[in-house]
Amino acid sequence: MESSQITRRKVEAGLPRRRRREFLFQLAGMLATTVGIVFLGVFFADLFVKSSTAFVQTFVKLDVEFTENVIAPGGEWDLTYADFDGLVRSALRSEFPGVSGRSERRELNRLVSVGAGYQMRDMIEADPKLLGARESLWVPASSIVDMYIKGNIDASLEESLRPLSDKQLSWIQKLQDSGRLETRFNSALFSNGDSREPELAGIKGALMGSFYMLIVTVLLAFPIGVAAAIYLEEFAPRNRWSDLIEVNINNLAAVPSIVFGLLGLAVFINWMAIPRSAPLVGGLVLSLLTLPVIIIASRAAIKAVPPSIREAALGLGASKMQVVFHHVMPLALPGMLTGTIIGMSRALGESAPLLMIGMVAFIVDVPGGFSDPATALPVQIYLWADSPERAFAERTSAAIVVLLGFLLLMNLTAVIIRKRMEKKW
Amino acid sequence: MTMAEMTEANGSEEQLPGNAGLGVTKMPGPKQTANGGSAVAVAGQHIELGQTIGDFRCENPYIVAENVNVHYGDNHAIKNVTLEISKQEVIALIGPSGCGKSTFLRCLNRMNDTIESARITGKITLGGQDIYGKDLDPVALRARVGMVFQKPNPFPKSIYDNVAYGPRIHGLATDRAELDDIVHTSLERAGLLKEVKDRLEEPGTGLSGGQQQRLCIARTIAVNPEVILMDEPCSALDPIATARIEDLMDELSQDYAIVIVTHSMQQAARVSKRVAYFHLGLLVEVDETDRIFTNPQHKLTEDYITGRIG
Ligand SMILES: Nc1ncnc2c1ncn2[C@@H]1O[C@H](COP(=O)(O)OP(=O)(O)OP(=O)(O)O)[C@@H](O)[C@H]1O
Ligand SMILES: [Mg+2]
Repeated sequence: MESSQITRRKVEAGLPRRRRREFLFQLAGMLATTVGIVFLGVFFADLFVKSSTAFVQTFVKLDVEFTENVIAPGGEWDLTYADFDGLVRSALRSEFPGVSGRSERRELNRLVSVGAGYQMRDMIEADPKLLGARESLWVPASSIVDMYIKGNIDASLEESLRPLSDKQLSWIQKLQDSGRLETRFNSALFSNGDSREPELAGIKGALMGSFYMLIVTVLLAFPIGVAAAIYLEEFAPRNRWSDLIEVNINNLAAVPSIVFGLLGLAVFINWMAIPRSAPLVGGLVLSLLTLPVIIIASRAAIKAVPPSIREAALGLGASKMQVVFHHVMPLALPGMLTGTIIGMSRALGESAPLLMIGMVAFIVDVPGGFSDPATALPVQIYLWADSPERAFAERTSAAIVVLLGFLLLMNLTAVIIRKRMEKKW
Repeated sequence: MTMAEMTEANGSEEQLPGNAGLGVTKMPGPKQTANGGSAVAVAGQHIELGQTIGDFRCENPYIVAENVNVHYGDNHAIKNVTLEISKQEVIALIGPSGCGKSTFLRCLNRMNDTIESARITGKITLGGQDIYGKDLDPVALRARVGMVFQKPNPFPKSIYDNVAYGPRIHGLATDRAELDDIVHTSLERAGLLKEVKDRLEEPGTGLSGGQQQRLCIARTIAVNPEVILMDEPCSALDPIATARIEDLMDELSQDYAIVIVTHSMQQAARVSKRVAYFHLGLLVEVDETDRIFTNPQHKLTEDYITGRIG
């Protein structure tokens, strides 16, 4: 038999086994991908279902009289003596004239959030002419009412087992019947800082805290990271020291983030005396955390620039720095930016190191600068997830959705930068 | 045992007095040299280290390489090569793959500086100036000694910017009009202007391979160098593009010294005045192109050009 025929026969004999292996491998791959996608789908579906109710909030319509002797006992209105809660109470009383007795009234007052009083104060502050006027206002209902309206409280339970009494339920029913109860978009979620009252708690404080921190992080980590990458890749001599540095940078990228928090606590707060809980410290710690990521990504981007481009420039008499800044940087920049954004999104999602530097505090005010006490979005999630109130659970999910939204946005930006700036060669 | 190992074993580190004369003939069998027997057997043939047959010296030399040795770590890639190149000549470096042609070429504009493991000894002068001297900046040298690479490597920038890059970094043009002028003349001389004059702002990477290589040549001559080094400039091109570039070399040789590495005997025969044959880091034979191809002195040269090695 001819040798080529023998070869062919051998090749053909092996084919079925190869095909079978290929098929099994593809099947395994498909299975793995499917499992991954299913998990992701379940996670997202659960999150969206749980968070969807947090974006609306129950409001109650009250006819409020800005009575002068309640809010301006001395003639002029005065924040110290003004009793805005009194306005709310009397408005409720006039809505339900039949309610009498201290305990019953207290039950009635519990239908409306303490935020109603703040709302009135803000109105008077903005427009003192309202004094003495009568207004129809939508004020936030308290979180138990909100939970009941959202179906989280089972009215069929025995009265002592649920947070709403039979009387309260009947009042709610009455408000609903007269069109004085409505669910509306929960703008407080995006405009308020944290609060003990779930219906008043918002993520703005945490968002701003995260924002200031990321500003610090990007301002520090990007230039330092890129400069270090350029130096290590283009200028540093290859020797034992550069190997050591390389190994250490790679190790740093794998260090648990809480360790960076401890470092920040020791160095920035105890030694450098930067105020704790401030976005400045958070940003410094997060820069340490993202630096290795940025350096590694930037070095990879620099390495990916074809050596022929470098040689061409060198051959024309460009100096090393000219080669780097005229040719290597423009080609490596998309990769560097992608690395930076990925580092930033890691920083945005970090909570552990922030716990160590006091950013886990309960902070009501929205931070207005880099040294104001602040918290961050993931820490806020952690805080809310820890709260016993049912109403905080849905807000936790909402905050997670917002955080994921930002992460998605950042990663999308990275992809777009990559696509738009990448040059063909 | 490889050639390199053998030479190492023979202690070739010592600098031998270069190119003493016609030390080697096509005689087979071992041959002792005056230098203490550092003869090396290659394919049944013996070359004495540092001995080159033919006119490795020339009249009015412009580039003079004396006893050049290049090591890449332990690899002795260029062994005691001495070669003179005059202005207004095209010299072709030929030899089997890995014999050190590119390495030698890259010594002439110090591109080997960028390779960390490379170590160069010996002396190379350009117009009498030691190019490895302390007072000489490789940046300035590379403006005088241009290089065209094997693979066309235009910058991912516009055609105009490709050509204008060299003049820009060296400050050769005082204003935009002068720069335009340099770009146009360079493209013209590289024979590319007609094809690209309406698309100077388009990326240089969008040209065909042959056009890209001519763009690289235009980019090199825009700096107005004294010497042009070409490392297999036509290996990625079709015969038509090759012919155009050979014509171009012919024309450029009026003004520049051109050192070209090529694997094509025909190309060497067509474009060069002299040919240098390298073998395993040794410069075996240098001679007028006609003589090398019709009457090579060394057996290795003959084997190579007749296609028995390489
Ligand atoms: N960057 C480098 N690092 C280490 N060794 C190298 C390097 N470049 C070349 N060499 C070695 O030097 C020797 C000569 O290589 P060189 O590239 O000069 O050969 P060449 O004659 O140009 O070959 P070709 O015709 O294949 O291009 C080879 O042994 C090669 O392995
Ligand atoms: Mg080569």
